[in-house]
Amino acid sequence: MKIGLFIPCYINAVYPNVGIACYELLKSFGYDVEYPLDQTCCGQPMANGGYEQDSRKLAERFEDLFSDYEYVVGPSASCVAFVRENYSRLLNHECKTEKSLYDITEFLYDIVKPESFPTPFPHKVSVHNSCHGVRELGLSAASELTVPYFNKIRSLLERVPEITVFEPTRIDECCGFGGLYSVEEPEISACMGRDKIGDHMHTGAEFITGADSSCLMHMQGVIDREKLPIQTIHFLEILTGQKI
Amino acid sequence: MSRTSHSRAAKAFQEDRNNAVWHDETLWMVRQKRDKLSHNIPEWEDLRHTARDIKLYSTSHLPELIEEFEKNAKANGCYVHFAKDAKEYREIIENILKEHGAKKLVKSKSMLSEECELNEHLINHGIDVIETDLGERILQLMDAKPSHIVLPAIHIKRERVGKLFEEKLGTEENNYDPTYLTHQARKALRQDFLNADAGMTGANFAIAETGEVVVCTNEGNADMGMSCQNINITAFGIDKLVPSRESVGVFTRLLARSATGQPITTYTSHFGRPHEGGEQHFILVDNGRSEILGMEQHRKTLNCIRCGACMNTCPVYRRSGGYSYSYFIPGPIGINLGMLKDPRKFSGNVSGCTLCFSCSYVCPVMVDLGEQIYVWRQKLHDLGVANQEKKTMSDGMKFIMEKPKLFNSALKMAPMANHAPRFLLYNGLNKWGQDRELPRFANESFNSWWKRTHKNNK
Repeated sequence: MKIGLFIPCYINAVYPNVGIACYELLKSFGYDVEYPLDQTCCGQPMANGGYEQDSRKLAERFEDLFSDYEYVVGPSASCVAFVRENYSRLLNHECKTEKSLYDITEFLYDIVKPESFPTPFPHKVSVHNSCHGVRELGLSAASELTVPYFNKIRSLLERVPEITVFEPTRIDECCGFGGLYSVEEPEISACMGRDKIGDHMHTGAEFITGADSSCLMHMQGVIDREKLPIQTIHFLEILTGQKI
Repeated sequence: MSRTSHSRAAKAFQEDRNNAVWHDETLWMVRQKRDKLSHNIPEWEDLRHTARDIKLYSTSHLPELIEEFEKNAKANGCYVHFAKDAKEYREIIENILKEHGAKKLVKSKSMLSEECELNEHLINHGIDVIETDLGERILQLMDAKPSHIVLPAIHIKRERVGKLFEEKLGTEENNYDPTYLTHQARKALRQDFLNADAGMTGANFAIAETGEVVVCTNEGNADMGMSCQNINITAFGIDKLVPSRESVGVFTRLLARSATGQPITTYTSHFGRPHEGGEQHFILVDNGRSEILGMEQHRKTLNCIRCGACMNTCPVYRRSGGYSYSYFIPGPIGINLGMLKDPRKFSGNVSGCTLCFSCSYVCPVMVDLGEQIYVWRQKLHDLGVANQEKKTMSDGMKFIMEKPKLFNSALKMAPMANHAPRFLLYNGLNKWGQDRELPRFANESFNSWWKRTHKNNK
């Protein structure tokens, strides 16, 4: 079975390691993984900023690149959620990729179901439950709903030897990134970032980890500016035992 | 980047850092209280679905429900009026009061009266209006507006209330004890209840099958005002109509838990008949509501039961305060209602959202608040109120992203930015860099890595 690998633009440019981790994990479970070249962006930044028509052509190309794969897997909850929630509406027809597309978290947790990961990670980590991961993809139980607790990211991380996993007190409060929100309301955005990092640090964790590099990028920006004693790492980098 | 009204006001609110932290924590505490209670009710999600369905039924059967309400209210001996807009609403109330020579009105909290600017109107026409909800009374004495729909004075600390009462009610100097202050307010309000000529309240629900209204308060002030006076006025938007008493039972289970984290409000009162020798007036107000009914994407805002849970959960509202919104109802529901009222005038609020969707999830009647804000953002450009720089950024992204070759060469060039002089990267133009470091581009993009390691593949 062939999997089409979806690498969002900013992971391509800033966090290629996350893409490589995603690819290597899928390979390690025996999947045949293809990376259709000439991928760029899913269009979410424009759409959330109020210009969703600017992402129509990107949606068309995405559909062209990926519609033949049984599964399309990508390492970014927010981008995956954007495609799934909006593409059919944007293109005025049913998109095949809306059904075949998975965030890597879902794919691992719901389909691959690995019992463990080989490389130990002898560190304390705090899980960042990103808004779109929680409330659009259902990667964890949303704190607003009265549903039984579950957390797919945490559950996967706990299959890594020697790791200690925490979650912050405000378990799924927004970190304040929000795409263009981060530049349209920079003070509140940065304030939310500082508050969120404080909440993560309060757990005693050495790393903030999660399935959305965009939130991690925003928080890392605050961490670097404030010189805070914590760092961000995508959870796939932990699962694959990439050097930190 | 040119700033929206919300962004400017939010920035100003953050300047008093201690106050901003206190505001965030206070409202988060309310959200936590709400969580604790809702999580104790196993059927909570079913209740939300049922409540949404009742609301959708009600708003799609308004003509019948209004007719039924009117028939039953009249049979109970009440007067029923209809106001198509704020002006008619104000005039109906003014006329009722004038007919009875009423000079003083005691009023319990009503966001509709804020919407229709009733107090100013009545005061200008020589009628003394006394707000009787404690928070509203504090604001009235300060000549200020609510900053939250359920906790109108939540942004005001007790020390400020103590000072205000010293000045206005002659209370002891430097006594900021909440119990003391509440007692003093109560003593003063008691005189107003006894000396007024008419009582007025808004409504949480209006029941068609019985022709009565339901008012929820924690202080019993609606009951005091309505009991002490013979001339009673209750005015409400037509979106408050529900079919039956039974349906109200669903809402009362959700309302206080969502609003303040209480199992139920202290007083849930039904008003359906005039006092002996008195008059009960009901005023059903449209003021734009039937227009919203015709807007498919936004119709569900009429489900709102004004619990304020979306404000308490909104990370932006908690950190920017109620006054950062230019519409009189703040937070996620306020962004949406403002846009429905006058999209050009209130578009400055649409930036106040990270699209985290916590509001949509917390809402007891399942209004899709975040989703609607997304829809409004798409309309700003056509309304002529979009942010030009944001458009430029979006155009730039579209330009590059639609051309994979260009994108790939940009990927190759990007790491050079890592070595650019700091003043080029961090200046007034770079809002990201104001409080954050920029991300560093990888020396080798994923694309390049793939091509290098998969030379024989496509």
